[in-house]
Amino acid sequence: MRLELGVIHICDVQFGSTTSVKDGVLYVDADALAAHLKEHEERLVDVKVHLARPGESVRITPVKDVIEPRVKVDTEAQIFPGTVSKVLPVGSGRTHVLRGAAVVTTGKIVGFQEGIVDMCGPGADYTPFSQLNNVVLEFTLQDGLAAHDKEEALRFSGLRAAKFLAEPAKEMEPDEITAFETLSLIEGVKAYPDLPRVAYLQMLQSQGLLHDTYVYGVDAKQILPTLIHPTEIMDGAIISGNCVSACDKNTTYHHQNNPVVEDLFAKHGKELNFVGVIITNENVFLDDKIRSSDWSAKLAQYLSLDGIIISQEGFGNPDTDLILNCKKIEALGIPTVIITDEYAGTDGASQSLADADPAANAVVTGGNANEMVVLPKLDRVIGDVDVVHVIAGGSDKAIKEDGSLEVELQAITGATNELGFNKLSAKGY
Amino acid sequence: MSKIRVLHYINQFFGGIGGEEKADIAPSLREGKVGPGMAIQGAFRNEAEIVATIICGDSYFNENLEKAQEEILQMVREISPDLFIAGPAFNAGRYGVACATIAAAVKEELGIPAITAMYEENPGVDLFRKQLEIVPTTNSAAGMRNAVKGLVPLALKLARGEELLGPEEEGYFPKGIRVNYFAEKRGSERAVDMLLKKIKGEEFKTEFPMPVFDRVDPAAPLTDLKSATIALVTSGGIVPKGNPDRIEASNASKYGAYSLEGFVDLTEDTHETAHGGYDPVYANRDADRVLPVDVLRKMEANGEIGKLHEMFYTTVGNGTAVASAKAYAADIGQKLLAAGVDAVILTST
Repeated sequence: MRLELGVIHICDVQFGSTTSVKDGVLYVDADALAAHLKEHEERLVDVKVHLARPGESVRITPVKDVIEPRVKVDTEAQIFPGTVSKVLPVGSGRTHVLRGAAVVTTGKIVGFQEGIVDMCGPGADYTPFSQLNNVVLEFTLQDGLAAHDKEEALRFSGLRAAKFLAEPAKEMEPDEITAFETLSLIEGVKAYPDLPRVAYLQMLQSQGLLHDTYVYGVDAKQILPTLIHPTEIMDGAIISGNCVSACDKNTTYHHQNNPVVEDLFAKHGKELNFVGVIITNENVFLDDKIRSSDWSAKLAQYLSLDGIIISQEGFGNPDTDLILNCKKIEALGIPTVIITDEYAGTDGASQSLADADPAANAVVTGGNANEMVVLPKLDRVIGDVDVVHVIAGGSDKAIKEDGSLEVELQAITGATNELGFNKLSAKGY
Repeated sequence: MSKIRVLHYINQFFGGIGGEEKADIAPSLREGKVGPGMAIQGAFRNEAEIVATIICGDSYFNENLEKAQEEILQMVREISPDLFIAGPAFNAGRYGVACATIAAAVKEELGIPAITAMYEENPGVDLFRKQLEIVPTTNSAAGMRNAVKGLVPLALKLARGEELLGPEEEGYFPKGIRVNYFAEKRGSERAVDMLLKKIKGEEFKTEFPMPVFDRVDPAAPLTDLKSATIALVTSGGIVPKGNPDRIEASNASKYGAYSLEGFVDLTEDTHETAHGGYDPVYANRDADRVLPVDVLRKMEANGEIGKLHEMFYTTVGNGTAVASAKAYAADIGQKLLAAGVDAVILTST
């Protein structure tokens, strides 16, 4: 399967009378966007469209999802299959990307656990989304909706907005084009007989409301571990339905730009043979954990791998899934590297993980999510800053008199991402 | 720049006063360097000077913990040094605990940079590694030269207020503190690099060494309780009234073995607790609450168990290093085996 990714660089976002892209500027017709979203989602009462650019004194909270605008150019299959597009196989042909732009969804939603994105100051160093030209959607929903309905309405609306904004890119000539190709198993062996066969096991958060992930529209709780082409992931085959403890949850943007996929492709055909991706879930029942980890290990063996990278999503309960996956695959003689993050207490002195095994001897960490950070008051808030009292990583003392916030990194969207999206790490002192 | 003024702390042995028989001497202050201070001064070259040395008996320090600390802190206040060095203590347990305790107190209460050095199994390491830099040494004073070599550069860095790198780079016991930093490459790239090294069998370094949990398999169940000899062992600090062996209230340096012959019920006249980590009132009023002699005597009388072992073993779990606890347990276990004990009831607090 071969996908061409055509990148169009976006360096600014502005409101405009039509939605278009010109000289690296994304112009957004806010009224048309809002009307489009309401037309497709009757549960939406109101949509406010805000813009937030890198370096601006803007704080966005509570952030639910971040999505990159992408459009498929030459196939019947469209981006985000099985959710807001027909369930057709994606991952081949040409996809255009508005790189440097994103849709950010916010508003009073369901839970109390969404994250913070600061566009400047110390908080901006911890979230990759401070570097993007963001179209921020603040949603108001019908009264009396059940929590799951609210979550679904917002999830779908964010995806639709990203599709809408990317539409003008369909006819454009990209600034650069990169091709990604995964050969069939036999072809791969023939093409790279001397390179180590490496795969990627991606664990998907699947613990319930605001902890869910969808694959071609299927709730990941209900899947058995399976194979997926890395280019399918680039085309939105996996989307986020979770933002609880926002620091280590994968937004849809993270999936579209999965860094493990990118970095394995970067060495594909040179230092390794990137065979493909196994996806598995992180259900709360022990039977599910045992079944899924057994299955992942069977697939790893079936692919006759020489090595595998395992990424976690979340912490605590999924630490068990992580360690089960790791030790069962290591027991088959397949070397693993796991990517996780840590909850070592605000002083960094506690045990970082809830489960451990000597087989997990190669660990990459996204940092200690309990570490405190002070975020100075910013000029403008999009959303509602009072949620910082209750979000994970916040506290009833988190908002200071001068308007600054004292929170754990946990509260910042993507801060300790376990796909290895960031440079943040931790070491022992 | 003027020389860094250093105050050195050592025990009665290194101070040349005497061995165990002089371990109860109170702290005293000498001008200039004494004993191991010579080697330390040599390594300082002209950057720093040991202006005075405090000598204190190990027993005195450990048995008069608060008083000794206050007396020593008063001396430190008078001298007002730029740097405080204690030891090296090597594998001397009480000396190590004293060095680490007083160095931590100087650092925390007076805000003066403080450092010590000792062997990895010295209980002072586990007690204070989170609070201050402790430099590793060999287990005996034969390693003095290397100890000084490790200690002095780090001590000078602390005195100059320079930022320290990690424990590996600087040579001190890891404090077990996880600290965030921004790496050069993103996590996914670090993972791919690490995996390629692991596949090739090359050396790689994990970013988070897994904690290894010590697991003990449970022993097989008793087949016949009615003929079994049962022993009582506790880390709750129950001792005969007056604590004859002076088991410490915290970080016990020993365990005690005492007879239960003739005792049917422990009372406030016969037993008490030495433990400093919990409210002792209820254990002192009725030590059976921690060491259930009364219940076992009844079971013995009713024929439910064979008999209660005549000795009980006791120590204080409070702040006691795992390494010490393991050593006591191995020792006690051998004695119980030799005495033909079939099972043990372990009580904590």
